[in-house]
Amino acid sequence: MLGYTIKRLLQMIFVLWIVSVIVFLMMSFTGDPVFMVIPIDSTQAEIDQARRILGLDRSLFEQYLVFMNGMLQGDFGRSYVYRQPAMDLILERLPATMEIVVVAMIFAALVAIPLGVYAGANPNRTASRAIMSGSLLGISLPSFWVGMMLIFLLAVQWQIFPSSGRGDTVEFMGLKLSVLTLDGWYHIILPSLTLSLATMAIILRITRAGMMEVMRQDYMKFARAKGVSRRGVLYGHGLRNALIPVVTIFGLQLGDLIAFATITETIFAWPGLGKLLIDSIYRADRPVIVVYLMLVAFIFVVINFIVDMVYTWIDPRITVK
Amino acid sequence: MAEAKTADATASETLLRVEDLRTWFHTFSGTVKAVDGVSFSVKRGEIMGLVGESGGGKSVVGFSILGLIDPPGKIESGVIEFNGENLKDAGDARLRDIRGRDIAMVFQDPMTSLNPLHTVGEQMDEMLRLHTDMDASQRHARCVEVLEDVGISRAADRLKAYPHQFSGGMRQRVVIAIAMLAQPKLVIADEPTTALDVTIQAQILKLMRRQIRDNGASMILVTHDLAVVSEMADHITVLYCGKVVERGPTDDVIRRPSHPYTRGLIDSIPNPAHRTARLKQIPGAVPDIRKLPKGCNFQDRCPRVGAVCRESEPPLVATGARAHACHFPLKEGETQ
Repeated sequence: MLGYTIKRLLQMIFVLWIVSVIVFLMMSFTGDPVFMVIPIDSTQAEIDQARRILGLDRSLFEQYLVFMNGMLQGDFGRSYVYRQPAMDLILERLPATMEIVVVAMIFAALVAIPLGVYAGANPNRTASRAIMSGSLLGISLPSFWVGMMLIFLLAVQWQIFPSSGRGDTVEFMGLKLSVLTLDGWYHIILPSLTLSLATMAIILRITRAGMMEVMRQDYMKFARAKGVSRRGVLYGHGLRNALIPVVTIFGLQLGDLIAFATITETIFAWPGLGKLLIDSIYRADRPVIVVYLMLVAFIFVVINFIVDMVYTWIDPRITVK
Repeated sequence: MAEAKTADATASETLLRVEDLRTWFHTFSGTVKAVDGVSFSVKRGEIMGLVGESGGGKSVVGFSILGLIDPPGKIESGVIEFNGENLKDAGDARLRDIRGRDIAMVFQDPMTSLNPLHTVGEQMDEMLRLHTDMDASQRHARCVEVLEDVGISRAADRLKAYPHQFSGGMRQRVVIAIAMLAQPKLVIADEPTTALDVTIQAQILKLMRRQIRDNGASMILVTHDLAVVSEMADHITVLYCGKVVERGPTDDVIRRPSHPYTRGLIDSIPNPAHRTARLKQIPGAVPDIRKLPKGCNFQDRCPRVGAVCRESEPPLVATGARAHACHFPLKEGETQ
């Protein structure tokens, strides 16, 4: 187990290194950021000076070494725009994104898994058909439209929830969090709901498919013959057997939501990573984009590792080697 | 009121009485009358063999008793009287109490009847948690005791193992142990040895018979294997196309079968004494149960078929302990 963990860690570091090379090269080929940070009427001398300060006058290889060296020390350079360390900028925004993503994922799982189990266990009931049709909507409705409709109905028409911002935040272990205040929750609900719909629909469909397969198994009938209640049979014996693909998708979706919360954050003016990324791309704020990409890659790799661990916990027949 | 009197007299010794049971499956391509008017009874301490070919509705009888028929299947009519209680009208909560505690099942394929994600111990413990008031340590002790009883050594260690760490024969022992845990009055064993190696089959059968006898339980042994039944069962009920065609005490039925179908089944058991003789078989196959012929269901495969067989269905006629449903039953010692 320890050996496996070490091997996986080395693999993760290797993957992150490859990502760093790709990110660095892509950044170097996409235009000259100097022109974004200096006044339009600068002289050539001023341009050269700016280049030198930003380190853009050196060779690509040298730039990469500087970049790597900094990264190993946790220094990704300063934002060209905000003039503060890019890492700090990202870390300041990360909690906001994580908040809506985690709430969205929990919400998706709490709704999708019971509905999926129900629809899988009773595929011919009208309620199951309705659930499946609803999930199709969840998949096919674009999130920007859903977000705007939610704002229109719940924020503008009925004025139940606020339409933008984070609301009150509380400092917790150095992080600014909205989930710890009631006002924060009011603000979280709409963006999280918007973010969770597609994931909810996918998890629901995967759970249903798994349950339909599991329902045919002898051990389900054997459990019933033992006198286990229907609920006990479905959740105690069935669900866990249907869970492997659900966990896979859950992991992928979690990474996806963190990486692509951008649209939702823009609609709800949620001060998260997505908005920062969009702003940074417009302004060619290279260090921020690099940190963002590296962070997303890191999160994906970690989630994958956790998912693999969860597999072995769910199914004792899966062993790590 | 002569009938009521006999019912009274046998009430205490009859554990299960199935009367005119009909379990039908309503599918798109027609109604499958998997069980169509089956009657039999099981006495306390008795092993009853339920015999027939694949598709004869044997397993459905077992599942009907426990109320485990899922749509599109439905118990249309009949009486399932267990210990004086009609299970057909019992609610789901009552049936859950009875399942496992009073009536336990052993399935055909031990590879699939255990949940792969729970340890053997968890699956055994579940049965005791549902049906007894024992505390955790008592349950553990009982699990170890029963597991050792079915011939699994180092039982306390093996409780922590998962089903995939056991061989097929061992798994069936575990399944039998689970069935016996709550000391049921009746065990329904659905082809319990069909999926096992021949060398293991005899062991498992012997184990089952000992467990049943030691616990003073009864058993319904569902099988297509007449050889197994003749060794195990006290009584036989032979099913064909969802109907009882013959029943009676095992030895009697095996020695002098009345129904040509029973005769055919017996003849198709290989006999080591006649190694050179060609093995007999019943010609044809079980007809499509959705399109049964008019008259006797066995007419197209029967060597004794007559005109009347194609016209009217023979009723089940009882004589003493025996009963058969045939227009032209075999006389004693007669071959067909």
